[in-house]
Amino acid sequence: MMRNFATKLAGLALLAPALLLAGCEIGTKTVSQAGPRGAALMQISDKSSAPKAGVVPDPPYPLTPDMLQGPKASETYQNVKVLGDLSTEEFNYTMASITNWVAPDGAVENGGCTYCHNVENMASDEKYTKVVARKMLQMTRTINSQWKPHFALSANASAGNAGVTCWTCHRGQPVPAYNWSSAVADPKTITANKHGQNTPGLQSIAYASLPYDPFTSYLEGKENIRVQATRPLPKDHVASIGSTEKTYALMMHMSTGLGVNCTYCHNTQAFGNWSESQPQRVSAWYGIRMVRDINNNYINALMGVWPANRLGPAGDPKKVVCATCHQQINKPLGGYPMLKDYPGLKGPYHSAEPAAMTPTPATPPTAATPVAAAETAKPAA
Amino acid sequence: MAYQNIFTQVQLRGELEPGVPLGPHNDPRYGPFGFTYLMGKIGGSQIGPVYLGTLGVASLICGTIAIVIIGMNMFASVHWDPIQFVRQFFWLSLEPPPAKYGLKILPPLAEGGWWLIAGFFLTTSILLWWTRTYRRARELGMGTHVAWAFASAIWLYLVLGFIRPLAMGSWSEAVPFGIFPHLDWTAAFSIRYGNLFYNPFHALSIAFLYGSSLLFAMHGATILAVGRYGGEREIEQITDRGTASERAALFWRWTMGFNATMESIHRWAWWFAVLTTLTGGIGILLTGTVVDNWYLWAVEHHYALQYPATGVVDPATLPGAPQ
Repeated sequence: MMRNFATKLAGLALLAPALLLAGCEIGTKTVSQAGPRGAALMQISDKSSAPKAGVVPDPPYPLTPDMLQGPKASETYQNVKVLGDLSTEEFNYTMASITNWVAPDGAVENGGCTYCHNVENMASDEKYTKVVARKMLQMTRTINSQWKPHFALSANASAGNAGVTCWTCHRGQPVPAYNWSSAVADPKTITANKHGQNTPGLQSIAYASLPYDPFTSYLEGKENIRVQATRPLPKDHVASIGSTEKTYALMMHMSTGLGVNCTYCHNTQAFGNWSESQPQRVSAWYGIRMVRDINNNYINALMGVWPANRLGPAGDPKKVVCATCHQQINKPLGGYPMLKDYPGLKGPYHSAEPAAMTPTPATPPTAATPVAAAETAKPAA
Repeated sequence: MAYQNIFTQVQLRGELEPGVPLGPHNDPRYGPFGFTYLMGKIGGSQIGPVYLGTLGVASLICGTIAIVIIGMNMFASVHWDPIQFVRQFFWLSLEPPPAKYGLKILPPLAEGGWWLIAGFFLTTSILLWWTRTYRRARELGMGTHVAWAFASAIWLYLVLGFIRPLAMGSWSEAVPFGIFPHLDWTAAFSIRYGNLFYNPFHALSIAFLYGSSLLFAMHGATILAVGRYGGEREIEQITDRGTASERAALFWRWTMGFNATMESIHRWAWWFAVLTTLTGGIGILLTGTVVDNWYLWAVEHHYALQYPATGVVDPATLPGAPQ
């Protein structure tokens, strides 16, 4: 009897630590070193639990070089304000792709062409979604042509294929899955007042009790993220603990949003020190400014166009954050050079120049599909 | 094996022991109340007498007020929902005033006012309790070592919540009352001031903290190991070394060539414990007041290694950089 009990107790003693460890990731890790030895500058990834890169849909049909010729969309159709410099055939191809990416017929309520268009009059702007789509096309072209420094480390950069399409964020949904809107202001009294923090279950900031809306300050506003002093002794640098916690929350989002450690960008012995940082930190620096550009000049600029169900609880539109594209992977879509198939999204075409005026840079060996021809169309720098 | 130590299953029962008679100017004691079997498993089986006294009552009242204020603020923050209060407890907090109020004595209650009131009562409670440990030790004719060790911990508490915020000119520098929130404060504090691991007083504090646990383990193990020879009667063995004390000393001379004595081991332990919070408090007090970035300070003083540059340049310094 006593022995039986002791055996059970011993079994429990062995089982308990195993249960406690169940929260850990047990699978095989791959570790890559990113800095000097002994500084723990390494990326650790657990293959079994790592998020899978999203699938990339095939183009609706191949875009052949001769389709890039012919009358421009602006000549064929009316009220084409952004993609008018595409050939009519490339324009139709791009429209078909966008429908697949954002509002596919059957998969989305009211999906298909009618999600944005009145099929009786395709040129009409009567549906708000068409106005939004136009702004988003301008945004996509700006990202791909004006924010190249954010993509400078991409293997696709030299071929001009580093950048985004609608699919990068939308993944077949009218509203991208990863978005944010400003937190509702705290009440004046202590009742239901969390002081903008201390709330579990918010994946955006890694379930910490840190401030849960760092995004309004840093990804819409231009508050300074640099809280660390750049001199050893106090002089004139002011940054409160509260603002430090807010930057910490932003960094937690970046870490989870990209599926990387702190050391992906920083030497963590000195977070603020640029000369010991990784090149990825430069990409992130441009990324933060790119997201501010997107949120202020494209999404907030549509204020008044958004219907109520596209606004957050504080009345501002649903906006973009690192995870909107990255979706927990440091290279969105596993680094697939999707843009190679959609040259019209790279930026405005040179209006005066016909295609194939600029020499084609060498395409990377991975890009073997019919799209090499599309490379001839160069966006404006 | 009939003598009391933690593995002994025999508990003594007899007359309840009321303790020494009290001198003048003392409040009455309560108890002794009796024996409890379960407490006897881990220590003395007699409960009481308790000396509460004026200081004890005042301390308990102040401490209760502080805890009620903290708890009610947390409860209010979940809209008085008891289930959410339990579920979110580790995340909940009573936050110090935001930076804009500086050292204002009483900012709005919902914006740190309650934090200041709770801090006042908690501090009063702790200081009253300290006085009580001092007075009771004196009354028993003891030394005041416990009181001074407690004072060292109070020093760190006061530096974190009162002295350093005063020096920095802002209550917002102080620590929130909350489980995870105070840990977030710790992480943010280290990040803001350039990595606290490069603060030499933080390093000393860690050394004393780890040293304390090492000494505790060594001493506890030694005494238990000679318990069969009466080793737990260690204080008597300071003057009258029995075979337990001789064996314990010989064990350490055999294994490391040196032994602490039955008396000195307690001085080692006391000083390590006291120095943990004493040096820690100094390190916190210097942070932000005297040193703004510990890593850069440590590089300047050849105390930290500056790793080779990676060639990365701050893009904000480049011409034409976006803002």
